[in-house]
Amino acid sequence: MAHDIGFEALAEDALLLRFGERIDSELNARVQAAAARLRQRLPQLECVPAYASLLLRFDPARWVGHDGSGPHRRLQDAVNAALGECGTIAATPRERVIPVCYGGEYGPDLADVAAHCGLAVDALIARHTAAEYRVAMLGFAPGFPYLLGLDPQLAVPRRRDPRQRVPAGSVAIGGSQTGIYPEVLPGGWQLIGRTPLRLFDASASPPSLLAAGDRVRFQAIDEDRFRQLAAADPR
Amino acid sequence: MSVSVLKPGLLSSLQDAGRPGHAALGVGRAGAMDGPAWQLANALVGNTRGEAAIECTLLGPSLRFEQAAVIALTGAAMAAHVGDQPIPLWTGCRLPAGSVLRLGGMTHGSRAYLAVRGGFDVAPVLGSRSSDLHARLGHRHGRALRAGDVLPIGAAEPLPGLALGDAVQPLPWSINPQPWFDFGGRPLALLRGSHGHLLDQPSQQLLHGAAFIISKDSNRTASRLDGHTLHLREPLELISEATLPGTLQLPPSGQPIALLAEAPVTGGYPRIGQIAAVDLPHLAQRRPGDAVCFRCSTLDEALTRLAARQQRLGRLIKAIAQRLEHA
Repeated sequence: MAHDIGFEALAEDALLLRFGERIDSELNARVQAAAARLRQRLPQLECVPAYASLLLRFDPARWVGHDGSGPHRRLQDAVNAALGECGTIAATPRERVIPVCYGGEYGPDLADVAAHCGLAVDALIARHTAAEYRVAMLGFAPGFPYLLGLDPQLAVPRRRDPRQRVPAGSVAIGGSQTGIYPEVLPGGWQLIGRTPLRLFDASASPPSLLAAGDRVRFQAIDEDRFRQLAAADPR
Repeated sequence: MSVSVLKPGLLSSLQDAGRPGHAALGVGRAGAMDGPAWQLANALVGNTRGEAAIECTLLGPSLRFEQAAVIALTGAAMAAHVGDQPIPLWTGCRLPAGSVLRLGGMTHGSRAYLAVRGGFDVAPVLGSRSSDLHARLGHRHGRALRAGDVLPIGAAEPLPGLALGDAVQPLPWSINPQPWFDFGGRPLALLRGSHGHLLDQPSQQLLHGAAFIISKDSNRTASRLDGHTLHLREPLELISEATLPGTLQLPPSGQPIALLAEAPVTGGYPRIGQIAAVDLPHLAQRRPGDAVCFRCSTLDEALTRLAARQQRLGRLIKAIAQRLEHA
C-alpha cells in the first residue's frame, strides 16, 4: 500500500504522508490503517491523521543517518518498510453510538435545515440516524470529530452569522460534513440536536470519547432521556 | 510554598515544554513561545525537570513570594524590582519571604520567563502544566493569571551556589543573552512551503525580502503579518490537514499568518512557507509593530542550525548546573 503515498518534509520534525486530495471514505480508511500500523511499528512517532493525509512528528536528532542522509529520508524508508508489509485494513474499527436529542432548544436550526433539504423534520432525523459515519479526524478543538458519511441530501450551507457560543454536545451539519462540538465554542455549523455525552475530558483516559477511524451512529432520544443521561455524566 | 499574583500583567500564563503527543485528539502542544529562554530560566534556578515557569507578555506581573525563593528572569528586556532594588535578568536571584517582585513593561522583545526553584507546581493536564489559552486546557482551564491567584511552588533541595537568605541577593555572575535573544531583528529563515510555488511573481518577491509588520491582532496562536498582501496565481481549495507551529499560511484575505505555539492542530489554508524552528523563538519575541523579513533557506540548513543550537544550549545548561553546585 506504500507505493502511491506522497512524502513531503513539512518541517525539521515533520513528515507528511499524502494519500490523495479528496474527502473520501476509502482514502481516509487507508490513512487510518497506516496510522494504526505506524503506531505499532514506530511508536516513537506522533501520528496525526487527517482526511487524506497523515502527519508524522519526530525527533530529528534520533533519525540522523550514519551515511549523512537527512532524518526525513531515513524516516521515509522506515515508513515504507513498515507499510510495505501492511495489506488492507487490519483492525476492526470501534463503533460508538451517540444518543442525540434532536430539535427544540437542543437543535435550534433543525426546522431550517429540514426545509432547506425539502424534508419533514422526522424524515431528516430518520436519515441522520440511519447513516453509519466514520471519524475522519479530530481537530478544530480538543475532541471535535469530523465525520464522514453524511447523507448527501442533508448537506446544508454553514450559517451566514456564526454563533459566538455553540453549546457543548451540539450535533451539527456544515456543508457536507457533520460533527459534534465537545465544548462551548464559536461555530458556524447548523445545530440539529445535542448529545448528553461528554466528548472530551482531559482528566479521563482516554480523554476523547472518539478517535479517528471510529464508526459512529446517532440514536434519537427524547428530552427526558437526555436529562437522565446528562445527570449521570456518562462517558 | 506559594506565590500570590498581585497584578497579572498584560498576559501571563504558566508554560513548560508543552503537551506533545495528543494532536490526533485535537489537542495542540502549547508550551513556551521562546523555548531556549524558558529552559535557561529553569537552568538558572537549578531546575532540571522541565518545570513550569510564568511566561509574561509585554507587561510583566507583580507577585508576592510568601516564603523565601530563588528565581530567574530571562527573555525580553524589562525592568524588575523588589522594593527599590533592581533585579538583574539572565541570572539567579534569591528573594526573602514576603518579597514583592514588580515586573515592568518590556523595552525589547515581547516575552519574558520567570522561573522559580522547584517550579510552579500545579496539576499537570495531559502530561503538561502549560496553559493552552485557546483550547482552555491547563491550570484553571488554561486561563491567563489573574490578581488573587495563588500558585504553589514545588519542593526542592537548597542550592549550594544560591542558598536561601533574608536579603535580595543575585548571583555574582549572569549568562550572556546575546546568542539566545535576537537584538538585531535579523531575517527569519523560511523553508519552502507546500504551496509557495503557487504565489504569483510579485508575491514571491515580496515574501523573500519585503518587510512585514507584526499585527496587533497577534497572540499565542498566530502572528498576523501586515504591510503586504500576497496572492496565489489562482485560488486554491484545500481539504483540512494537520498543521504545525511555524507554518506561514495564506488565507483568502492575502494577509500571511505565521502559526505559533497554540496553533490549531488542523487547518486548510495554503502553506506558503515554514519558518525554521531555530528562528521561531525570535519571531515569538517580535512585538506588534515590529518588522519581520524572511530569507530563503533549506531544510538541511535548518536542521544543521537546530542541532548546533541544541548542542550549545545543552552545554550552557550543563555549565550553569556545575556553577550552581558550588557555593
